Amino acid sequence: MNWFWYASPQTFYPLAGRVAPWFGFAAALLAAAGLYVGFFVAPTDAQQGEVYRVIFIHVPAAWLSMFIYLVMAGWAALGLAFNTRLSGMMASALAPTGALFTFIALWTGSLWGRPTWGTYWVWDARLTSELVLLFLYLGFIALQAAIDDPRRADRAGALLAIVGVVNIPIIHYSVVWWNTLHQGASVSVTKGASMQSQMLTAMLLMALAFWMYSIAVSLVRVRCIIRERGEA
Amino acid sequence: MSDYAFYLWGAYSVTFVCLVLEIVFLLKRKREAKA
Repeated sequence: MNWFWYASPQTFYPLAGRVAPWFGFAAALLAAAGLYVGFFVAPTDAQQGEVYRVIFIHVPAAWLSMFIYLVMAGWAALGLAFNTRLSGMMASALAPTGALFTFIALWTGSLWGRPTWGTYWVWDARLTSELVLLFLYLGFIALQAAIDDPRRADRAGALLAIVGVVNIPIIHYSVVWWNTLHQGASVSVTKGASMQSQMLTAMLLMALAFWMYSIAVSLVRVRCIIRERGEA
Repeated sequence: MSDYAFYLWGAYSVTFVCLVLEIVFLLKRKREAKA
């Protein structure tokens, strides 16, 4: 299979249309499984009670907010390096979904923080850097919307996206580098998970559901962008 | 559950509304792009 065949908007357009519904279907199935395990299988937390179940959407949304930004910046960098039209379109297609998951992470974290920390918001490093991520997404979207020529808009957005990547390790390591109210990582590649296995299963299922959802909506959006730019 | 219902369902309901709104706006954009 020649993957470069799909590097042009004209050839990618039908492929995206064919696979997007499957990703949407997978997202719905995984979300149903994740919610079932999260609400009916995972036990009540000994310290936090039922409110801990917010983490089944908060943690996956926070992961996706950072992951989507990295993928968006990756596409943006590809577009700058090789001047490929599809790259800028993919970056534009990912930004709204990334912003949405960043907002969801902040909103759900705030609603979890009130009963457990006693406050909706603190200006600690993790929360503040996640808020900066939301502003980066919104800045990227606003910058692209402000420039009429799509190719120039792609290049300007790409520069902002690449510079903003520096915020991702800051978000990730903020709980290590600074003394934050936000707790450390719940799941670590080196140390494993610090939670009960059914809780972890629900969280991972929801993370996969959000991932599949992001792919599905980004593919539909990139098809819209391709059509709007008259490339299909 | 009742003590924390506002926080728990406030988180889930807003997440659900956000995702539904994104899909609705996306389908509207798709229709306009095809027109």
